[in-house]
Amino acid sequence: MSTVGTLQTPKQVANRRALAPHTSMFGRMLLRAAVLRRRRAASALLAMIVAAAVATAMMNLYVDVQAKLRTEFRNYGANVVIVAKDGQSLPADALAEVESVLGAKTLAVPFSYAVARTKDGQSVVVVGTDFARARQLNHWWKVSHWPGAPNEALIGMRAATVVNPKAGPNRRPFELTFEGKTIQLAPAGMLQTGAGEDSRIYLDQAEFQGWTGVAPSTIEVAANGTAGEVEASIRQLAQLLPAADIRPVRQIMEGEANVLNKTRATLYASATLVVLTSALCVLATLIGWVFDRRRDFAIMKALGASERLVNGFFAAEAAALGVVGAIVGFFIGICVAAWIGRVNFHAPVVPRFSVFPYVLAGSVAVALISAILPIVLLRRVQPAIILRGE
Amino acid sequence: MFPRIVYESFRRQARRKLLAGIAITLGVAVATAMIAVATDIGDKINRELRSYGANLVVTPQEDTLDVEVGGINLKPPSDGAFLNEADLPRIRGTFWHHNIVGFSPMLPVTVKLGHGSDAKDVTLLGTYFNKVLSFGKDDFTTGVRITHPWWKVSCGDGKESPNCAWPADDSQNVLLGERLATKLSQKPGDTIEVSGRQLTISGILSTGAAEDDQIVAPLAVAQQILGKPGAVRRVYVSALTKPPDALSVRDPKTMTPEVYDRWYCSPYVESIAYQLQEVIPHSHAEQIRQVAQNEGTVLSRIKGLMLLITFAALFASALAVSAAMATAIYERRVEVGLMKALGAGNLAVSAIFFAEALLLAIVGGIAGFSAGALLARQIGRSIFNSQISIEPVLFPIIIAIAVFVTFAGSAAAIRRAVKFDPVFALRGDG
Repeated sequence: MSTVGTLQTPKQVANRRALAPHTSMFGRMLLRAAVLRRRRAASALLAMIVAAAVATAMMNLYVDVQAKLRTEFRNYGANVVIVAKDGQSLPADALAEVESVLGAKTLAVPFSYAVARTKDGQSVVVVGTDFARARQLNHWWKVSHWPGAPNEALIGMRAATVVNPKAGPNRRPFELTFEGKTIQLAPAGMLQTGAGEDSRIYLDQAEFQGWTGVAPSTIEVAANGTAGEVEASIRQLAQLLPAADIRPVRQIMEGEANVLNKTRATLYASATLVVLTSALCVLATLIGWVFDRRRDFAIMKALGASERLVNGFFAAEAAALGVVGAIVGFFIGICVAAWIGRVNFHAPVVPRFSVFPYVLAGSVAVALISAILPIVLLRRVQPAIILRGE
Repeated sequence: MFPRIVYESFRRQARRKLLAGIAITLGVAVATAMIAVATDIGDKINRELRSYGANLVVTPQEDTLDVEVGGINLKPPSDGAFLNEADLPRIRGTFWHHNIVGFSPMLPVTVKLGHGSDAKDVTLLGTYFNKVLSFGKDDFTTGVRITHPWWKVSCGDGKESPNCAWPADDSQNVLLGERLATKLSQKPGDTIEVSGRQLTISGILSTGAAEDDQIVAPLAVAQQILGKPGAVRRVYVSALTKPPDALSVRDPKTMTPEVYDRWYCSPYVESIAYQLQEVIPHSHAEQIRQVAQNEGTVLSRIKGLMLLITFAALFASALAVSAAMATAIYERRVEVGLMKALGAGNLAVSAIFFAEALLLAIVGGIAGFSAGALLARQIGRSIFNSQISIEPVLFPIIIAIAVFVTFAGSAAAIRRAVKFDPVFALRGDG
């Protein structure tokens, strides 16, 4: 298509030019190139935006998904256990200290243990705990009804047969004896976990301590963060409570590390593939765009433009495209990442502006490569041959 | 004439065709690899989730209560019912035996260490380490090394060495829990006397749980100490399961026969527990909810994520292919002008371009599919140490998608090329 737009008399043209603001020739060329070939420029820009958006979304996800998955993994329960040495109790303020050191987001649940006897002399393990916290920590506990009223107990599935041998899981009160002291308890609900908890009876910590006088000996902690952060928490706790054993729950921590590493590696491979594909898309579109304009290139050279000016022109154009594409694409990409976070994790992915420099640099680099490549190929060709249309 | 035009176009413009073909091949390769990874990721992550350990436990039906605090069993050792070790290989005979990754029998025995007044109660846990069993003609290995992958054996200083190893299942060697080892100041190679038996310590075990205070021995040793050959307290079973849904939680007794069959033939943790109870007499199998209940969420999150990323990958590769096709066609307006000047109709010109696109899509699709399959295999090997297999049914689907995307990418460009006035095209105004 010719570079002349609507027909104007020479006088009109002269008027318009006289009134036009005095911008540099270089700037005007850049602007006119974008305006006059709107369609091609738009499609190149679109490719750039899509690529930048996809790259942004992938990088954002890659960084954020690990944190998201870690929160999912906390549903597996405690990853650190604090146990008093040699069957002693922990200091009374241990729980408060643990919470003040690890911050409010960390969940810490105290447990105290005693072996009591039922009316017919059977031994059963009774545990005192904080029900509100235990409920938050151990999502997998299947509980028919959490205790609320005083002297209500949570009965493990198998413990139920001992305390209420004839009646089964109904609400008949029962008696337990510990060191000569007897307590009357009402079963609130049944607890089912498939593990040791099934053989125990759970009581509120205050009631338990009032009855047995036994203070918590174990605190289970769900520490958030990466493996390194959890280890730092363990070291902090060890300093805080020298009288206790701080043990990482290896089953939980190693399982988490294993699954997380595999997921991260898969995510990395996929993100790389997707970003590469979109870079390829930009490359294909932009090379076509620049190649298509070999006539502009030839005219500029025929009119006496230096090699540097022509190269600079196309490079500036590509860079501008890369910058605009990166900025628009970055914001679209953040929206996409946030949407994926909401759909999949029910929590938005926090936008990470730290990835912007990478997206910007990548976009400009790809744009420059795809502009310079055809120019290098065309440099050897005589302008006359291009203008002749061959 | 038509085939000749297409043929010559490929022969004379080999370089341009090659570029478009490469774009299609790469796009299809990425799409294939991503689809393959996304469809297989559930299975792979499910296997990785087994590193959390057993998700089912089998106990005797008439089991009495565990009275256990901090890993110390307070109940008289001979109390309670036992499972029969001879029944265990039948776990391989269940309907879902392919889904059962491994199982470990456990037999805790309370023993006295030391003499006289320093004697201390310690739990000795009998189990399989890496035992070869056979069921029918089928040999298989099972034990804690499969079901409890976080158990680590060292020389007590955290270092692994050939001197400190897992005991053989038929030996009299034992592992000492790391805290117990510190308390007794024993190291590998030493012997300890347990109930009149001299047992050699072959390594120090670290588990981060109650076993750190225990002695872990081959099952046969524990049975001899207890004096009950063949006795097993409980069996931990690690199985690949399907996340729970509305059907899985229903009671099999209330199901109609068809629903029951569907439930029985799905690898839910509930149905596998049911089948374990069928093969092991007088047993009660239950899911370990901490492991079993959380698997589903983690699995569905990761699967959902990969699905969404696969969509992004498909979108990006579709765009790359259409961009390449549009560019390739845009460059050939002069040719279109010439054809039209010689009297070709719009339909004839479009037909040529579509035929070329079809050829490119099929060739690029086949090459891309193979490349993508290789890529998926590489990903599977390097990340999961196992194959990612590509369903053959994917092949026609991928080719169809490749053809569709190539057509869609070309359509707009072809329409514009055909509409372009041949006079301008031939004059070279472009």
